Amino acid sequence: MLNVLLIPALPLLAAVAILFAASPWLRERASRIAIGAISVSFLLSLVVLLQASGHEGHGPLYEGEMRWLTLGTTDISLGIMVDNLSALMLVIVTLVALLVQVYSLGYMHGDPRFSRYYGFLSLFTFSMLGLVLSDNILQLFIFWELVGLCSYLLIGFWNEKPAPQLAQKKAFLVTKAGDLGFFLGVMAIFALFGSFRFEEILAGPKLALIAPAALTFIALALFFGAMGKSAQFPLHIWLPNAMEGPTPVSALIHAATMVAAGIFLVARMYPLFEAAPYALAVVAIVGTVTLFMAATIALTVFDIKGVLAYSTISQLGYMMLGLGAGSLTAGMFHLMTHAFFKALLFLGAGSVIHAVHTQDLREMGGLRKDMPLTFWTFLIATLALAGIFPLAGFWSKDEILLAAWHHSRPLFFLALAGAFMTALYMFRLVFLCFFGAGKKHGHESPDSMTRPLLVLAVLSAVAGLVATPLFGNWFQVFIHGAHEEPSVWLMLLSTLAAGAGIGVAYLAYFRRAINVAVFTQAIRPLYVLVKNKYYVDEVVDLVFVKGSLLLGRVLAWLDHSLVDGAVNAVASVARLVSKAAALIDTYLIDGAVNFAGWLTRALSRVSGLFDLYVVDGAVNLGAWLTGGFSSLLRATQSGQVQSYVMVVFAGLAAIAVLVLFGGMI
Amino acid sequence: MIPLSHYLALSAFVFCAGVYGLLTRKSALSLYISIELLFNAANLNFIAFSRHIAPGNPAGQVFALFTIAISAAEFGVGIAIILLLFRQLRTVRVSEVAAMKG
Repeated sequence: MLNVLLIPALPLLAAVAILFAASPWLRERASRIAIGAISVSFLLSLVVLLQASGHEGHGPLYEGEMRWLTLGTTDISLGIMVDNLSALMLVIVTLVALLVQVYSLGYMHGDPRFSRYYGFLSLFTFSMLGLVLSDNILQLFIFWELVGLCSYLLIGFWNEKPAPQLAQKKAFLVTKAGDLGFFLGVMAIFALFGSFRFEEILAGPKLALIAPAALTFIALALFFGAMGKSAQFPLHIWLPNAMEGPTPVSALIHAATMVAAGIFLVARMYPLFEAAPYALAVVAIVGTVTLFMAATIALTVFDIKGVLAYSTISQLGYMMLGLGAGSLTAGMFHLMTHAFFKALLFLGAGSVIHAVHTQDLREMGGLRKDMPLTFWTFLIATLALAGIFPLAGFWSKDEILLAAWHHSRPLFFLALAGAFMTALYMFRLVFLCFFGAGKKHGHESPDSMTRPLLVLAVLSAVAGLVATPLFGNWFQVFIHGAHEEPSVWLMLLSTLAAGAGIGVAYLAYFRRAINVAVFTQAIRPLYVLVKNKYYVDEVVDLVFVKGSLLLGRVLAWLDHSLVDGAVNAVASVARLVSKAAALIDTYLIDGAVNFAGWLTRALSRVSGLFDLYVVDGAVNLGAWLTGGFSSLLRATQSGQVQSYVMVVFAGLAAIAVLVLFGGMI
Repeated sequence: MIPLSHYLALSAFVFCAGVYGLLTRKSALSLYISIELLFNAANLNFIAFSRHIAPGNPAGQVFALFTIAISAAEFGVGIAIILLLFRQLRTVRVSEVAAMKG
């Protein structure tokens, strides 16, 4: 039990030590502390994985909980649970985090906030580890938010520049929109099941008793949260902007932590999704739309990290399609293999950016000779992502395609088209970056950056074999997923699609036999649509940002015209009345008064004396009294908040005294 | 079990500390912190009464959670006001802000 607790505890301790310690001695050793902690966590996770794979019998491998708070008669607990799913995630998260932290030694070398960077990375890893170890959905939600916070901190790590600031806010707000759905789901679960614990929700007898409509609602609400975190259409818009963070952070976000959380949530709640087939169908459709749309956009992007970002969105779509098509194995398998080769791709891209100081593919070329290690590892990852036999991506993508084939033919063909485009956009990137005429000269990155690339290249090559008959279908048995017989013709078909993609990329970007400019001109309206990313950002901006502003303006206008208008109307009516009164005064009364005045002039001489001393005296007395009182009242309206507060509390004290001693009320 | 009066004494102490801070501090931010103390004193009362007087009924505890959520929202608005104040007047000392003077 202690060894499992240590896995998230060590990165947390490292984060606290780095971020909150005032001692410069600790701060100088930040990277060593963080890497030491995550290394031990990784070794412990490996032990847990080995234990889990030898674990016979049902139920989780480890379980432990403590009471957190008691509300009335309901206990809410915090706890950890290790089953095979979380054991697998532990290894993926700690491994990728370890490699990213080692890589960052070189990439972030000399950054003024080097130690804080390692503190944030450790906190990020801790949050994700806590998320996969949670034994109840409320705790999972808490860590889910922590993951969101850490990604906010890291995306905007270089927050002295405006673009990362905007990107971090966008990521936070867009995922927060999804979290609203998640939270609704959590509340609905508690209302219906009376518990947050996975054991009671997923394995208990209640699941069969609850109305299918309610289950569908819960599943869809949770899926909305997963859409935000895992960047599914239309909540994918934050992910491309998240590229503003340091490149190793992108690797971590895209491979093991942030976006994996959404897939993990669906996988964790899978029995609930299986009980709600409509929700599962929605998952499959959203996944397919996402994978297809993102793959088309990736074809048009010229930013090296942008291509990889849309590639991630597309691959997350594949994972959702696998889960939605009814195969937990396929989704989780692709999550694992994708973690390895996408981390490798990002770290490789980081190595390229480190060398040539640009992210624009048009300014690159011919880097194959300058950076051989980066090139060969990048190529392996690209082949793995494109799904070329026998690399990791081949096996996992075929599992998904197989599940899609049995689920729905239209979705299958869209996914197959996606496989073609995956190979196309990845080889477009490789040809533009590493082949052709060199415009800039690079140099190979330091050892701390290339060694993680080598480790990931080996994993990208062989990780797929664990789900093949070669290893006795270890992965499928381990995840307790349904095992479907692989079909040879489907493997041939997907290889054909990938091969076609590579061929087209070769002709267009290496041989230049296909003129891309002419082709894009031929399909100009479509190209403009895709190039502008289907205008999703613009629609969101129009509906939500401009919509809120419009609402604000309408309210301001109402305030001006109605409320202020009413006040002004009263004032102008009063002015009209006084003007009329003045006219009457001038012509009628003045005339009469002048006449009467002449008559009374004589009298007035007498009364003038009376007036001066008696009437004026009385009026002056009244004015003097009013002035005195009003200056007294003015003194209380000092504009000083604290004097008002004083009056409030004096009043409170007076009431208290009256209640206690005066017997009032 | 800790008797109710202990909770009430602590809550009263926290409340008085909040009032003292509210009346004597100069910075608007310190005033906000003092207001949070008032909230927390009230929350402590809610929870203590809920546990001692109606242990089966979670209403008091839920109300405390509710207060925490509301005060978080209130602080969001408050910090925006303080920021704007600082941008306009380059100060957050409440004694120097007397635009509402009659």
